[in-house]
Amino acid sequence: MGKVMLEVNHLKTKYVTRFHEDVYAVDDVSLKIEEGKSLGIAGESGCGKSTLALSLIGYYFAPLHYMSGDIIVDGVKISAMKPDEVRKKILGNEVAYIPQAAMNALNPTMKIIRFIEDVMKAHNIKMTKKEVYDMARERFADLGLPEDVLNKHAVELSGGMKQRTVIAISTILSPKVLIADEPSSALDVTSQKMVIRMMRELMEKGYIKSMIFITHELPLLYNVTDDIMVMYAGQIVERGTAKEMVFDPIHPYSKGLMGSIIVPESGVRDHKLTAIPGTPPNLKNPPKGCRFADRCKYATPTCSALAPDMKEFDNGRTYRCLMSVRKIREVYENGGSAEVETEFD
Amino acid sequence: MADQQKSKQNLTDRKPCLSGRGVTKVFGVGNKAMTAVDHVDFDFNEGDFVSIVGESGSGKTTLSKMLLGLISVTEGEIEFQGKPRDISSGAKRKEYWKNIQPIFQDPFASYNMFYKIDAVLDDCLNMRGFKSAPEEEKVRLKTEACSFVNLKYAELTNKYPFELSGGQMQRLMIARIFLLKPKILMADEPTSMIDACSRATILDMLLKLRDEVNMTVIFITHDIGLAYYISDKVYIMEHGKFVESGPAETVIINPQADYTKRLINDVPKIYEKWDLDTVARN
Repeated sequence: MGKVMLEVNHLKTKYVTRFHEDVYAVDDVSLKIEEGKSLGIAGESGCGKSTLALSLIGYYFAPLHYMSGDIIVDGVKISAMKPDEVRKKILGNEVAYIPQAAMNALNPTMKIIRFIEDVMKAHNIKMTKKEVYDMARERFADLGLPEDVLNKHAVELSGGMKQRTVIAISTILSPKVLIADEPSSALDVTSQKMVIRMMRELMEKGYIKSMIFITHELPLLYNVTDDIMVMYAGQIVERGTAKEMVFDPIHPYSKGLMGSIIVPESGVRDHKLTAIPGTPPNLKNPPKGCRFADRCKYATPTCSALAPDMKEFDNGRTYRCLMSVRKIREVYENGGSAEVETEFD
Repeated sequence: MADQQKSKQNLTDRKPCLSGRGVTKVFGVGNKAMTAVDHVDFDFNEGDFVSIVGESGSGKTTLSKMLLGLISVTEGEIEFQGKPRDISSGAKRKEYWKNIQPIFQDPFASYNMFYKIDAVLDDCLNMRGFKSAPEEEKVRLKTEACSFVNLKYAELTNKYPFELSGGQMQRLMIARIFLLKPKILMADEPTSMIDACSRATILDMLLKLRDEVNMTVIFITHDIGLAYYISDKVYIMEHGKFVESGPAETVIINPQADYTKRLINDVPKIYEKWDLDTVARN
């Protein structure tokens, strides 16, 4: 078992709206990532994936508020620090974050090398311009980015190149954890593959020690990360290795998500796509029972009354459902019809 | 999937709906001229589900805009239902738009934020000549259209677009198409801003439109996996040219052009190994 790079215990964060209503966007999330591992977070729009990413980097500026729980990055408890302190000491050094619209993050009036100089300045690293340039050139060459990118403006770069440049800049200080929020969603497949290849090289060459990859593209997660975590309505509903999650999902929501995978491989046309009906619950007042109960076709009245806890089975897989794993498998095998009586044990 | 097989069998004996010969679009003049679409030929038959696949900048959207009649054609001819398409005057163009309707990529940009969503549906009814129909009749039609896309009209009426989610907005766009019942639906990346879960719902609805209303659907996408799943016929576009076309099964499982092979190679797989080393590093 490797060294734990990032540990999150029962993290709760909320948004406060203009009308002073609380929206519980991340509710009781616990996770652990070891050195050299990557974790994928999947879930539909509005399930709290991006909020979780912001919470993990300690970005507690209004309207996002920290409620309770711990975030520990390599032994340092960042949840106890002030947001400004986190930004100065942790961000970039320990945790790097790539936002969803990273492509638009580059100021069009600045050359790429200036961003790297800025990073150094912000972290009080004393280096001459020449030293910064040499270091940046070396890093860029190592990651397969051409050197002349450093002397270009953002507008001169293509979308995929911009995205890879942003990743290279944000990991220039070799952080321990990289949190990538949909880094490839706006790119076409070829550029996406180049971005993925670069992220894998970052891991292999030891520039980053662990990675959280957030996306709703499940085939991508399957190929990129070791583990996959499925999030629903602010909670984690299941976690397992990538292979287990894609081919043997347990939670009915994960099952639905995995059923929406489309890949250009023979036989896919014969599958029926499964769509999950309905919409996620309003997180202003989350349901008392299982949050997925309204949309789950196996739900019983007990489901809407009793909130399930995370349960562990096999070797370290966890899921959040009232049914036992044996029962769930049985239900799925019998054609997954709603008539099957669900029991609780 | 029986429907798909059936549709595949009589792909050939369907009437042509929209076809083009040597369709070209050049932007700019002189040494700044840029050929976006380069002498493409195509035949879309009635009731076909056709996908046009290509990467960013390959000319997919330019072609769709020409087919919609939003931009002029530099060279070549487009035939609609066997006759040359005539959109020379405003009235003729309006008449043409009764037959072809689009769904765009960004549902958030498809609505006028100042109007309630009822206005969108009312516009469609007016266009179909229900302007002076009694209110109950209008509500009945609107409810029917909403239930076609699994939305409840009673919950949506009197709301503004920003109160809906992206998936709901895009579904409402499909409800609009259902009300108008055009001959051709031009869906330009309708699912790329939608998450994977709602995507399945949208695709199902497009298939339903084809099966129930016998609409010709032209589906533009960069995701070859989607194109394979949903379409009868696939056209692969590279730098403004069609490099390969044919039934989806043949093109995707047995690609001939190098470009098609690369596109398929670059999509993440789950049943086969996805080789990252095949892509260039810079």
